[in-house]
Amino acid sequence: MTALIELERATKRYAGDVVALDDVSISIGRGELAGIVGPSGSGKSTLLNLIGTLDRPTSGTVRIDGHDVGELSDREVSALRSQLIGFVFQQFHLTAGVVALDNVADGLLYAGVPRAERLRRAAAALQQVGLSHRMEHRPHELSGGERQRVAIARALIGHPPLLLADEPTGNLDSAAGAGVMDLLRGLNSDGTTILIITHDQQIATSLPRRLPISDGRMQPIAPPGIGATKEICHES
Amino acid sequence: MSRELIPGRLSLPDLVRVGQAGLRARPLRVLLSALGIAIGIAAMVAVVGISSSSREDLNRQLQSLGTNLLTAGPGKNLFGEDVHLPAESVAMVGRIEPVTSVSATALVQDASVYRTDKIPAGQTGGIQVLAAQVDLLPTISGQLAEGVFLNEAIAQYPAVVLGAQAADHLGAAPHQQVYLGKQWFTVVGVLQPAPLAPELDNAALVGWPAAEKLLGFDGYPTTIYARAVEDDVTAVQKVLATTANPEAPNEVDVSRPSDALAAQQAADATLNALLLGLGAVALLVGGVGVANTMVISVLERRGEIGLRRSLGATRAQIRSQFLAEALLLSTLGGVGGALIGSLVTIGYAFSRGWPAVVPPWALAGGLLATLVLGSIAGLYPAIRAARLSPTEALSTP
Ligand SMILES: Nc1ncnc2c1ncn2[C@@H]1O[C@H](COP(=O)(O)OP(=O)(O)OP(=O)(O)O)[C@@H](O)[C@H]1O
Ligand SMILES: [Mg+2]
Repeated sequence: MTALIELERATKRYAGDVVALDDVSISIGRGELAGIVGPSGSGKSTLLNLIGTLDRPTSGTVRIDGHDVGELSDREVSALRSQLIGFVFQQFHLTAGVVALDNVADGLLYAGVPRAERLRRAAAALQQVGLSHRMEHRPHELSGGERQRVAIARALIGHPPLLLADEPTGNLDSAAGAGVMDLLRGLNSDGTTILIITHDQQIATSLPRRLPISDGRMQPIAPPGIGATKEICHES
Repeated sequence: MSRELIPGRLSLPDLVRVGQAGLRARPLRVLLSALGIAIGIAAMVAVVGISSSSREDLNRQLQSLGTNLLTAGPGKNLFGEDVHLPAESVAMVGRIEPVTSVSATALVQDASVYRTDKIPAGQTGGIQVLAAQVDLLPTISGQLAEGVFLNEAIAQYPAVVLGAQAADHLGAAPHQQVYLGKQWFTVVGVLQPAPLAPELDNAALVGWPAAEKLLGFDGYPTTIYARAVEDDVTAVQKVLATTANPEAPNEVDVSRPSDALAAQQAADATLNALLLGLGAVALLVGGVGVANTMVISVLERRGEIGLRRSLGATRAQIRSQFLAEALLLSTLGGVGGALIGSLVTIGYAFSRGWPAVVPPWALAGGLLATLVLGSIAGLYPAIRAARLSPTEALSTP
């Protein structure tokens, strides 16, 4: 079986000669839990966006579940996102004024699932993240940690094999962040491949695999606790 | 890996729900931009409704007055000189088979009517003195406001029946005297306005014999009124000129007063077209308002657009979402406008004593116009929203 995520010499260049990602080749297998670590501006989000098919490389290839993203049409790439990938963002991106249940149900809106089924599964997903008692709350009535758990419920409602999280704990205090991480670890042990970007040293060192990046290039994998920790120390 | 990548369909109810949610988040802005559309549609529906109501009123009026009245009068000859109808023309018209009743009036030359003998000559207020046959009223469906009409007996004496406007101008009522043709005539009756014979409204009617005896009237009729069997009106209209003046049929002016009333209505159509044009301009401005609202909405909701793209929305689905939103917004305005326009029509028709008519095609047309406008106004913002790159959209706070 091929790796779930495969990058081959992927490069991302922005206008003004900014090379955000430089000749990156990585392979991430099914069921992995990996962290992308590196200083600010090193290209972590750029990498995650390429893997998430939200953006395409300037050169090189990105293959998700065997599909060469560069070859896919907009419809196909959209279908790939709705079937294979769940996203969790630092800013949650919950729809204001809409209750948690509906926010989570929207996770299946573009998957062709009927509304009743979406709501049923949204309730189950909220239960999975421990928010059964907050289903009818609007985002502004929830704490930061609760909001991120709602966002995670939305990402996992379609049971995607791949979950991408860009600094999911960046806006949370350490207790709430730990809650979110426990949730992600639980999902991973159920088989979901999870890739997260984190600035949190403790979280980073606790992950089974780390992908250090700096200046748009992947760094040689340092033994846990040395290279990565250093990078993060520079940062803070 | 062999998974087929086919995006899920967004069902119509889901599309409507998504569009509604976008509107519900900004109720005031939605209300204001819908109002722009509503004003345009209301104006157009009201213009059409009010003119339809007035036409319906005319139709009912004509139904009670009848459209089978014809008139014939002297025209001009080839040399542009005034001519007159033969004295026996009235009787001859009466002999046309489908003519059920016939009557006539005649302009009494050089006779004027004044309130008193102290009024300077010439200040007639445009009142014409007409000799009238005693059977005039039933033929033209005329009604008396007060007093009596001329009859065989009264028609011999210096008695006068005044048209509605003439009575008003002279300030005269039955039993009073007016100074007519340099002698005193007694007012015996006053007519109600006569829609089919508006020339009588500003006239003073005297008896045929009295006019001949007292006013030097020449006896030539100037307007012949003929009622014909409804189905034969056109046929009668064709032979009327020849019958009234067999020697010079081309010197006879024949007309159908109900047509004249309808023509007057048609003249109002010009004004209606102008008002309709103003309504269309208002509608257009409303459309610009909707486009503006949608453009702003797309700018403000980049984060939402990025999120939806990350959830698997295709460009087409994003486009549909914003188009649906624009359509809902303009439909809201269209329905509101149709409602307001109908209410205005009903209110105005009520105040004029007309039957209120709002033609269904006007409502349907108004709604169709809003739908077209909504799609045009929504198209550009929708395309912009769909073109947004997901990463760019997500990175805006
Ligand atoms: N849309 C863009 N246009 C131009 N340059 C960009 C764009 N997006 C990112 N960059 C640049 O690419 C580089 C990598 O950015 P990226 O967002 O991937 O960094 P990051 O590692 O996620 O940083 P942070 O930890 O601060 O989120 C940066 O130098 C950034 O300025
Ligand atoms: Mg980043």
